[in-house]
Amino acid sequence: MEKKYWQSLEVYKEMKKNTASDKEAMPEFSIDGLDESEVKGKSSRRDFLKMMGFSVGAVALVSSCQMPVRKAIPLLNRPQELIPGVPNYYASTFYDGDEYCSILVKTRESRPIKIEGNDRSPISQRGTSARVQASVLNLYDDARLKGPVKSGKQNDWKTIDKDIKAKLETLKTDDKEVILMTSTIISPTTRKLIGDFVKSYPNVKWIQYDSLPMSAMRNANEANFGKAVIPFYHFENADVMVGFNADFLGTWLMPVTFTRQFSKGRKLKDGQTKMSRLYQFETNMSLTGSNADYRYQIKPSEEAAVLLKLYNVLAKKTGNTVFGSPSVKTDVNTAARDLLKAKGKSLVVSGTNDLQIQLIVNAINNLLGNYGNTIDLSTPINLKQGQESEMMQAMSSIQSGKAGGILFYNVNPVYDCVHKDNLVKALKKLPLKVSFAATMDETAQLCDYVCPDNNYLESWNDAEPVQGFYSFAQPTIRPIFDTRQFQDSLLSWLGAEQSFTDYLEKNWEKSLFPKQKDFTSFNKFWFKCKQDGVYSFAAKDGPQPSYKGVRLKAGKPMENTLELALYEKISMGTGKYANNPWLQEMPDPVTTATWDNYVTISPAFAKMQGLEQEDVVKINGKLVLPVLIQPGQAEGTIGIAIGYGRNHAGKVGDGVGKSVYGLMNVTNGTKNLLGTVVAMKKTSNTYPLALTQTHHVMEGRPIVRETVLGSFIKNPAAGNEEHEKFLKSEDFSLYPEPKFEAFQWGLSIDLNSCTGCSNCLISCQAENNVAVVGKDQVKRGRIMHWLRMDRYYSEMDDNPEVFHMPVMCQQCDNAPCENVCPVAATTHSDEGLNQMAYNRCIGTRYCMNNCPYKVRRFNWYEYVNNNSFDYNMNSELGKLVLNPDVTVRQRGVVEKCTFCVQRIQEKKLEAKADNRELRDGEILTACQQSCPADAIQFGNLLDKKSAVSKSNDTGRMYHLLESLHTLPSTSYLTKVRNKEA
Amino acid sequence: MYNIKARGVLIEGNKRYHDITRDVTNPLLSKTTPTWWWIAAFISSAMLVWGIWGFYNTIVVGTGTWGLNNSVSWGWAIINFVWWIGIGHAGTAFSIFLLVLHQKWRTSINRAAEAMTIFAVMAAGMFPLIHMGRIWDGFFVFPYPNTRGPLWDNFNSPLFWDVMAISTYLTASFLFWYVGMMPDFASIRERTVSKIKKRIYGILSFGWLGSARGWLRFESAALLMGGLTAPLVVSVHSIVAMDFAAGVVPGWHSTIFPPFFVVGAIFSGFAMVLTMMIIVRKVYKYEEYVTQRHLDAIARVLTFVSLIMGVAYISEIFVAWYSDSPYEMFVFFKNRAVGEYSFEFWAMIIFNAIVPQLFWFKKIRKNITIVFIISILINIGMWYERFVIVITSLSKTWLPSTWHGYSPTITEIAIYVGTIGFFVFGILLFLRFLPMMASSELKGILKETSIVTENTENHE
Repeated sequence: MEKKYWQSLEVYKEMKKNTASDKEAMPEFSIDGLDESEVKGKSSRRDFLKMMGFSVGAVALVSSCQMPVRKAIPLLNRPQELIPGVPNYYASTFYDGDEYCSILVKTRESRPIKIEGNDRSPISQRGTSARVQASVLNLYDDARLKGPVKSGKQNDWKTIDKDIKAKLETLKTDDKEVILMTSTIISPTTRKLIGDFVKSYPNVKWIQYDSLPMSAMRNANEANFGKAVIPFYHFENADVMVGFNADFLGTWLMPVTFTRQFSKGRKLKDGQTKMSRLYQFETNMSLTGSNADYRYQIKPSEEAAVLLKLYNVLAKKTGNTVFGSPSVKTDVNTAARDLLKAKGKSLVVSGTNDLQIQLIVNAINNLLGNYGNTIDLSTPINLKQGQESEMMQAMSSIQSGKAGGILFYNVNPVYDCVHKDNLVKALKKLPLKVSFAATMDETAQLCDYVCPDNNYLESWNDAEPVQGFYSFAQPTIRPIFDTRQFQDSLLSWLGAEQSFTDYLEKNWEKSLFPKQKDFTSFNKFWFKCKQDGVYSFAAKDGPQPSYKGVRLKAGKPMENTLELALYEKISMGTGKYANNPWLQEMPDPVTTATWDNYVTISPAFAKMQGLEQEDVVKINGKLVLPVLIQPGQAEGTIGIAIGYGRNHAGKVGDGVGKSVYGLMNVTNGTKNLLGTVVAMKKTSNTYPLALTQTHHVMEGRPIVRETVLGSFIKNPAAGNEEHEKFLKSEDFSLYPEPKFEAFQWGLSIDLNSCTGCSNCLISCQAENNVAVVGKDQVKRGRIMHWLRMDRYYSEMDDNPEVFHMPVMCQQCDNAPCENVCPVAATTHSDEGLNQMAYNRCIGTRYCMNNCPYKVRRFNWYEYVNNNSFDYNMNSELGKLVLNPDVTVRQRGVVEKCTFCVQRIQEKKLEAKADNRELRDGEILTACQQSCPADAIQFGNLLDKKSAVSKSNDTGRMYHLLESLHTLPSTSYLTKVRNKEA
Repeated sequence: MYNIKARGVLIEGNKRYHDITRDVTNPLLSKTTPTWWWIAAFISSAMLVWGIWGFYNTIVVGTGTWGLNNSVSWGWAIINFVWWIGIGHAGTAFSIFLLVLHQKWRTSINRAAEAMTIFAVMAAGMFPLIHMGRIWDGFFVFPYPNTRGPLWDNFNSPLFWDVMAISTYLTASFLFWYVGMMPDFASIRERTVSKIKKRIYGILSFGWLGSARGWLRFESAALLMGGLTAPLVVSVHSIVAMDFAAGVVPGWHSTIFPPFFVVGAIFSGFAMVLTMMIIVRKVYKYEEYVTQRHLDAIARVLTFVSLIMGVAYISEIFVAWYSDSPYEMFVFFKNRAVGEYSFEFWAMIIFNAIVPQLFWFKKIRKNITIVFIISILINIGMWYERFVIVITSLSKTWLPSTWHGYSPTITEIAIYVGTIGFFVFGILLFLRFLPMMASSELKGILKETSIVTENTENHE
C-alpha cells in the first residue's frame, strides 16, 4: 500500500478518520512523551513545525553525531571542600603487607588519581616506589570483587555474616581451631582488634604469613641481643656499606627509606667531597649491585663462607675470636680494610634468610661498633613478622583435622607458599574457609566465602612501620563496590555495633593519646594526625642491648652445581600486582625486560652452553622459561624472578611468566630465595622477550659521564671534559638565540643520586595518562613511557659497571623537532618548553626521527576503548584513574614529556591568585616529586638562586649530546664512583 | 645539426609521414584488445586491490599495522615515496633536458616517459598521505585561512615544501603531457570510425584543427611550459633531499644530498624508461621507432650518471671520515659497511655504481636482454639506496639505548605492491587509450634523421 504523508494535522485527522486502523499511514516522526490526545488537540501549523524541527533535529542528532552526548550534572549541594577542577590531597598510608610508605593522595572530583610521598614522614619522606605509585590503579581494577561471594556466587553481606557467625560459633563449641592467617600487620589498632576477636573466639589462632619472611634475622637478633626484631638501619650514617644479596635500594625491607638514606650519603652538593662507598657481594645483578662501587659475584652457597672470611679478617685485625671457615676465592680484604677504617660508621647487611648468615652479619656489625650508630635496635622495624614455624604448625593442624576453619587476610598462600600442593589438599577438608581478598585470587578460589576487603584508598587504618612512629590511613573515596573493610568484617562477627572508624578513634583516644604531651584535646590531636598523616612519639635513645656472641660457622660452598637465585623484581614484587598493567609494563631497571620473568645467565655460561637470548630452557625437567643474558650474573648460578605465573590475578596478569615459588630453598625451617640446586636443559624452542633496550653499551660516546671520587676532589669537572670542549666551541646558529623574559624552565638530574629505581616512570605514567601498550608492542619498540630509564653496561662482559640514566624530553631551546614539523604542531613556548599541540598533529613522525634523544612517542593505535589493548584505558572503571588535567591522546598523534606543564600552570595560577611571585621549588614535576633519591631538581633557570640553577652551577653539569647544539633545558650531573681510579 | 652518417638514423624502416600516423594511432583504434594486455591488466589490478586493502588496514586500524617503532618512524613508505618520485623524474628530464640539449632522439620516447612521470608521481603521492597518522587531518599542511589563530604552517619544514613541490610538479607535468598530446588526439578523432571515440577524443583534443596559428601557439606553449617545468625537475628532488638533509640524524645531515638526490632521480628515471621501453617496443613492435640506437643512448647516459652516483657515494664516505665525528663515522664505517643492513648497502653500491659500468662495452649495450637486466638492477639498487638512507640511519642514531631494528609488515608490502599495480595499470591504460608517441614530433625529425628514399610523401 502506498504510504501517505500528512501535510498538516487537519489532513492527518482526516486521514486518521478514513483509515483508522491503518497504522502504516502513521507519520514516521513523533515525539516521545506527548500522548495522542495532546497531538490530537488544538495544534497549529506552528506546533507542527516545532515538532517537525524537533524530530528532524533529534534524528539528526542521534544518527549523525559520533560523539555520544554525556550529561554533566552540577552538584545541587556542593560539599564544601569539593571544587570541580581543584584537587584535594589527603594524607594516607600505603601498606600492602610487604612495603610501607606514607603518602598523599591527590583526588579530583572525589576520585583518587595520583599518589605522592608524604614529606612529613621521617621514614619514607617524600619518596615513593614504583609499586606505591601504581597502587592507585588497583583501586580501579576490573578484577575487584563487586560484593561478597558465597561458594562462587555473589551474595549479600547479611547472609554471609549470618553463615560465618554461625559456623564460627559451631567451631567454637566444637573446640575446633580456626586459623586467622594474615600478612604481617603493622596496624596497632588492627592488632588490638584481632586480639579482641581472639578473646571472643578463643579457638581462633592468629598467624602472620610472609611470602618472603625475614625470620632468620629476627632469630639471629634474638640469639645475639635477646630481641627478636628487625633493627632500623641508618645507611646515611655509614661511610662504608657492604651488602650481601640485599637489594636494599630495590626491594629489600624499606627500599624507599634506604634509597633516601643511601643517596644522602652520596650527594656531592655545595662543594661536599665526602661520599659513602658501597660494596656489594651478590649472585644476581640487582639494582643495588648496579649502584655499587665494588661488586663481587658470589654463589649463594658461598655467602656464609665469604661473610665468615670477612669476619675472620676483621677479627684478626681487631684481636677477636677467629672461627674456622671453608676457603673461598672471593677477595674480602679491600672491603675489610675500608670497614676497619670506618669503624662505627659502617654497615654490613645481608638479605639472605639464613640464621648462620645473619649471625655472622651481626658479629661483624658488632665488631665494627655499628650498633647504635648505623643500626638501631631500640626502634625496630615492624615489617616482616611472619615466622615459618607458625605456618608449619597451622599446616599440620589443618592436616590433622585439629583445625576447622581458616580465614585468609591479605595473603595468597595457594599461589606463593612453597607447600601449596599440601595446602590445597588440606584445605578441602576444612568446613569454613573465608578469604578477605579483594579479587578472586588463587586462595579465594578455594574458599567458601569471600568477604572482599576495601582497597586501602577506601579504608581507615593506622600503621606503625617503625616502633614509635605512626602513620594514618583515611579513605579518599567511598567504597566503589559493595566491599567491606576486613576490620569491619571482624567487628561485625564480634557482634559489635561500632564501625572500625570509631574503633580506631577510640583506640587512639584510650591507648595512644595519653602517651603524648603535645595536645590536650583529643579532637585536636586526632585532627592533626589525620591532617599530617603521621605522628611520631619522641624517640627514646635507649642504650642498645648488649651483644651476646655465638659460635659462627659456615657451610662448605658447593662445587659443580647450578645454583638458583630467586629474586624479587622491583615492579612485580611477590606477585600482588600482577594485574596492574603499569607495573607489568615497567621495564626492569637492570634487564629492561617487561611483561615476563626469565632465567638470567651470565654471558660466559651462555657461551659455554650455546645459549642465546630468548632460547627456552627447562629447569628441573618441568619449568620452561626463556633465557636472558645478564652480565654480572655469578658464575654457576642462574636467577629467576618470583611474582609471576599468576592464574587468578585478572585479565592483565593471568598467565604472564611462570611461578617459581616452588623452587624456594627451604632449609632448617627457613624459606630462602637463594641456593636451590637445579638442573637446566636447553630446549629447541625460543620465546620472545620484550626488552625496551636492545643495545647495552655506550659505544664510547659521552652519554653518561663519570669519574671517580679521587679525580673529582682534584677537579670537580673531571670526566666532563666534553663539556669544556663544547663551551669553547664557537656558538653559531642560523636561528636567532632564544630569549626568555620571566621563566625558563629547567630540570637537572644528578646521575650520582639516581639509583634507577624507576619510580619516576610510573609516577609520570600516572600523572600524564600514558597508555599501556602490551608485550607485543613493547617488543616492537613502541612503549609509550614519556620518561625512560636507560641502562648501559661498561662492557657486555661478566663484570660490567652499570649506568642508569633517566631520559625524558630535554626541552631543547634549539629543538630539532620543532623546525621540521610541517604544521607547527610542536613549538617553543616563551618559557622554554617544547610544547605539543596534540590537536594540530597530523602524525608525519618527522619530529620523532629528528629527535636525537628519541623521547617522542607515537600513538600507533588507538589505545583508549580498544579491545586489542585491554588495559585500564579500555574499561569504564580503569579510566577513572586518568588525570583530567592531561589530554588523552588520539591515535596518530605524537606525544612526549611536557615538564608536567599542567603542574607549572597550576602553580603559576595559584601564585597569580595570591598576587605573589612564584616561589622556587613550588612547582614539582611528577618525576621529581616522588623521587626517593631526590635526584631531580626543577625550576627557573633564569633565577640564578633557584635550586636547579645552583645544581647546574657545578663542573659536573652537562647536557646530553651537547655537541649537537640543541641547547637542552634538561641537564645532567656526572656520576662519581667512590673507587680507586 | 644531427649527423645521420655519423650517428645513424633515428627512425628506421623507411617510414613515410602517413606510416607514422598509422603506427601511432592504430593500436588505439583497433577494436580488439590484445590478450597480453588483459593478462597484465588483471595482474596489475589485483596488485592494486591488495594495495587498497593495505590502505584500508592502515586507515582503519592505525599506523601500528606497519613495522615502524619509536626509533625508526619512517620506513618502507618513505623509501617507496622517494623511489617513485625518482622514477617520476624521467619524463620531465627527457622532455626538458633533452629538448634543451637538442637531443632529437628523445621524440619517440618522451611521451611515454611523461606518462610514466604522471603515474609515478601519483604513486609517490600516495605515500605521504597514507603515512600520516591522522590522514583525515591532512589538509592542515595547506596554508589555508583558518580560525585556529596562530596555528599556521611551518615554513621552516622541508616537509611543507615537499607538499608544495610535489603538487606543483604533478600539475605541471600533467599539463605538459596533456598539451603535448592534443594534436595526436585530433589525429585519432579524424581517423576513428567509432562515434563514441570521435566524441571523446574530440573533447580531449580541445578542438585542435592543425592550423598554422594553432601550431604556432602549440609550439610556444610547449616552450613556455618546458621552460617553467625545467626548474621543477631540480626543485622536487632537492626538496625531497632536504627532508633528510635538514635532519640531525647522522647519515641524513649532508649538504651533498640535494644534487645527489636529483642525479639519483634522473638515474632511476632513465633506468625505468629503459625497462619500460624495452617491453613496449617489443609488444607494440615499435623497434623501428625506439631503435637500438635509442637504447644505446640511454645506456650511455646511465653510464655517466652512474659515475656521478659513485662519486657521490665516495664523497659521502670521505666526508664522514673527514668530519671526525664519531657518530658520522659509526654510520658509514660500522653500521652501513659491516652492520645489520650491510647487504642493502653493498647492493646499493654494486647495482648503482658498479654494474652500470658494464655499459662501457658496446657488446653489452647491444645485448637487449642484458640491458634490460641491468635496467632492472638499477631500479633495485636505487630502492636500496633509499633503504640505506632511511633505515640504517634511523635504526642506530645518537643514543645506543634507543637503537631498534625495523622490518616491514604485510600491510606495508601490500601498499608498495599496490602502487606498482597502480603504476602498471595506469601505463596500460595509457598504452591502450592514449597516443604513446608524439607523431608530430616524430614527423618533425623524420626528414632530417632518416634516409627517405621515396619522394612521394603523404602529408597528413
